[in-house]
Amino acid sequence: MCTVCGCGEGETRLEGQAMPAATKNAPHAHDHHHHDHHHHHHGHGEAGVSVPGLEPSRLVKIEQDILSKNDQYAARNRAFFTEKKIFALNLVSSPGSGKTTLLTQTLQDLQKNYEIAVIEGDQQTANDAERIRETGVPAVQINTGKGCHLDAHMVGHAIEDLAPAPQSLIFIENVGNLVCPAAFDLGEAHKVAILSITEGEDKPLKYPNMFAAADVMLLNKMDLLPYVPFDVEKCEAMARKINPNILIFRVSALSGEGLEAWYKWIAAKAK
Amino acid sequence: MHEMALASHMLAIITEQAETQNYDKVLRVCLEIGIFSDVEPEAMRFCFEAVTRDSLAENAVLEIERPLGQGWCMDCAQTVEMSDRLGSCPACGSAKVQITGGDQMRIKELEVA
Repeated sequence: MCTVCGCGEGETRLEGQAMPAATKNAPHAHDHHHHDHHHHHHGHGEAGVSVPGLEPSRLVKIEQDILSKNDQYAARNRAFFTEKKIFALNLVSSPGSGKTTLLTQTLQDLQKNYEIAVIEGDQQTANDAERIRETGVPAVQINTGKGCHLDAHMVGHAIEDLAPAPQSLIFIENVGNLVCPAAFDLGEAHKVAILSITEGEDKPLKYPNMFAAADVMLLNKMDLLPYVPFDVEKCEAMARKINPNILIFRVSALSGEGLEAWYKWIAAKAK
Repeated sequence: MHEMALASHMLAIITEQAETQNYDKVLRVCLEIGIFSDVEPEAMRFCFEAVTRDSLAENAVLEIERPLGQGWCMDCAQTVEMSDRLGSCPACGSAKVQITGGDQMRIKELEVA
């Protein structure tokens, strides 16, 4: 199993296949090497007097972010995107926000102007990737098994699989979860948080890390506003309390309301 | 949340460092987990114990520091320590504080043999 993201013999699947492990970091390789080293030390230790187990303990400075490995993979993905002039967005939300519907609508409207590819993350099933492919856009499905988020290593494999064209758009639809995906950089240009008005308007305060990490918030299902007690201004004020720079678009994937502004933002950024 | 993934990442870093810093056994791991990060220390301990079984860090003690976060108070124009993401400035009471830090998750040092 790859200790970086739990892929390999774990439950992560790329299009139903086990993910190739990042062998460099495989714990077995390390353990083995370590074992050898230990024996080596036994026989030929400095001055030949060191006795394992009786050495005094010492402190070693590490000063590394726990997610530094993920960040290295993310940097690699980002370098690839930059080199190919690819604009990648990481879509995050709770389950049921209408993320996939919004994405399929976006693909239908934008695929005449751009080459687009999609990376779909879900714990189980390839349903979402199938929905995406029905629009004619290539998609790969990552199933995280028990995992609650996509990480940069999984996305790197998905990119290899997709082989996206230069100057294309990539949408990464993360696992529906407003907690964990906030901490994992995938190499995207921006995180886009999708919140629907059938959810609580105080979600930005309840899940502040996600709204702090996102540059854009899409307030979805605006067509339902007459039927639900949702205070749009209040919700937006809460999102800005957490993140004063967050850009907000009020949209409806079903009625098409507000989508033009979202597309214009993509067009301006993807140049 | 994702404590299991974080614990696996920690073990990967500790194992990698064993080569360069020349140790066989980890006795203590000191972490700094900012109070605004989405990490449950108890879940982290549980997961760390699980992933380090049969590794060089088996039975290592996990010490978790929870430093306060930081914010920029727009009214007193200075960086202040924050214990609540939505709290007011501890110096002047203003609500106009922008959180600037406190979600870090770092391995600081190890006690090794």
